[in-house]
Formats: sequence, structure tokens, C-alpha cells
Amino acid sequence: MAGEAQHGKDAGHAAAEHGEGLVFHPFDQFIVKPMFHDGPVGLFTFTNAAFWMLLAVAVIFCVMVLGSSKRAVIPGRAQSIGELLYGFLHKMISDVAGKEALPFLPYIMTLFLFIVTANLLGLLPLSYTSTSHFAVTVTLALAVFITITVVGFVKHGTKFLGLFWVSSAPLPLRPVLAAVEVISYFIRPVSHSIRLGGNILAGHAVIKVFAAFASITLISPVAILGITALYGLEVLVAVVQAYVFTILTCVYLKDAMHPSH
Amino acid sequence: MEGDISSIGAGLAAIGCGLAALGVGNVAANFLSGALRNPSAAASQVTNFFIGIAFAEALGIFAFLVALMQ
Repeated sequence: MAGEAQHGKDAGHAAAEHGEGLVFHPFDQFIVKPMFHDGPVGLFTFTNAAFWMLLAVAVIFCVMVLGSSKRAVIPGRAQSIGELLYGFLHKMISDVAGKEALPFLPYIMTLFLFIVTANLLGLLPLSYTSTSHFAVTVTLALAVFITITVVGFVKHGTKFLGLFWVSSAPLPLRPVLAAVEVISYFIRPVSHSIRLGGNILAGHAVIKVFAAFASITLISPVAILGITALYGLEVLVAVVQAYVFTILTCVYLKDAMHPSH
Repeated sequence: MEGDISSIGAGLAAIGCGLAALGVGNVAANFLSGALRNPSAAASQVTNFFIGIAFAEALGIFAFLVALMQ
């Protein structure tokens, strides 16, 4: 991804030298580079990716830990946010995955809070969006995938494999369905991660393309109005994608809890 | 970037993004028509609505990524 972005930077500069069209490449914003100095990115370099992810964690810490540490009977602003989020996720898990999935509330709440905070921080001008990188989203999705597979086997043993054996189907059809079920089970982390990363990547790239149109005097009012509208859409997308990631985790968790069809 | 035949391939792959828009619109339209027939049951189905949209949209995003790879 970084190599691709580097290539994009070169292409953008080439276009700028010709003095036409885009003066920057829409993918310049995704380049991973050292935060406080220039130079190559090594294994332990403090990059902008690390900075914005740490900032997301710090924001969550301020709202959820510092904000609600008073445990007031009449909650203040930060404590109200924390209580609303807790109630929202508690209801989501018990509705979708069932009451017995509630021990996973801390994990799912962590996922939701990190994704939604990183998405919203990425919408700040000149910021860097950590969730637009597949390295981040694939890590999150693989963690969910491994957790759910382990939970399924620990809770049900070999009966967890009944997830792939559709016992309500006619017998000759079952091997075919089993193949389809196995493929769809292993494709889950792929679609789970690409849905989040791709949506954020596409949204930010579109905003930057409109920003490039704004430099053309003839259509700049339209382009600036377009950026404004797209920003509203992107705020919606940032929250909805975090919601979708979390709710799909709950759906997969339900499969691990009740593998029989 | 200019005059490259792979750009045509990228453009063809981007057709899939438009088709995903049809899919998402279909999900939303059917949810809305169902919700207006029985508004009391609509609130409990918002979750399924979002899951349906997510599945329809994912394939459009795949098409977008194929277009990016050119």
C-alpha cells in the first residue's frame, strides 16, 4: 500500500510539472511517513499512522475513563456519552448475538470505539486516516475471525463443524452446501476488512478529487459545494461503517454460539 | 497514466461500483416499502437493513479496488 502511494506521489508530481489537471494525487494523503522528521520508514519509526492511532486511543481514554471516573448519579457530558454508548452496544449484542454473548461486550465495545474514533479523526483536515489502510483493517478482521473460530470450538467442540453441514437440506445437496459454507466462512475476514478499509479509502479519495476540481476557476463553486456535501456523507459513512463492522462481528459471534442451522 | 490500455480495464472494473449502487438502492427501497406497510415492525428490522446494505456494498468496493489495481 505504501509503495502504491509512493508511486501515486510520483505521478502527482509529474502532473504538477506539466501544469495541468491534478496538482496533487488523491492518494498522497495515505502515505505513511515519519511523524517528526524526514527519512525512511523503518520497523520502529514513529510514523503518522502510529500517531493518529495513539491519538484515537487517547481520545477514547479521555471520554470513557477520565470522563466517567466520577460515577456521578447525574451524569455530566462525557459520562452521558459513555453511558449511551454502553447501552447502545449492550442492546446490539443482546439483540443480535443473544444474552450469552454478553461476556464479549468489552471486546466488541473496544472494536466499535476504536474504529469510530479513528474514522472521525481521519475526517479532520490535514489528518491521516489509519482505518483506510488494509494493514489496520485486516488485523482487526483477523482478530475477530480467530476469536470466533476459537470460541466456536471451545464452546461446542467438533459440533462447531455442524455450521458447515446444513442438516435441514436434502442429503444429496449437503456436500455441495458444505463446500459453499466453507468458502463463505473463510472469505469472511476478507470482506469484513475490505468493506471498512475500502469505504474509507474511496470516500477520502473522492473528497480529494473534488478538491482538485476546486482549483479550476470555472467549476470551483460547484466543487466546493460538492466537498461540503461529501463531508456530510463521509461523517455518516464513518459512523455507519463502524456500526456495520461491529454488527457483523455480532452476527459471526451468533454463528459461533449457535452453530446448528 | 495517459494512453494506457489498462485505464480502459480500470474503467470497465468501475462499472461494478455503479451496479452496487443499484443493489443498495434495491435494499433501501424494499426496506422503506415494507416499513411503510408495517411501521411498528420497522424499528426492529433496521439492523437487518444495515447488514443487507453492507453485503450489497461490499461487492461494489471490491470492484473499486480492482479498478485501483488496474
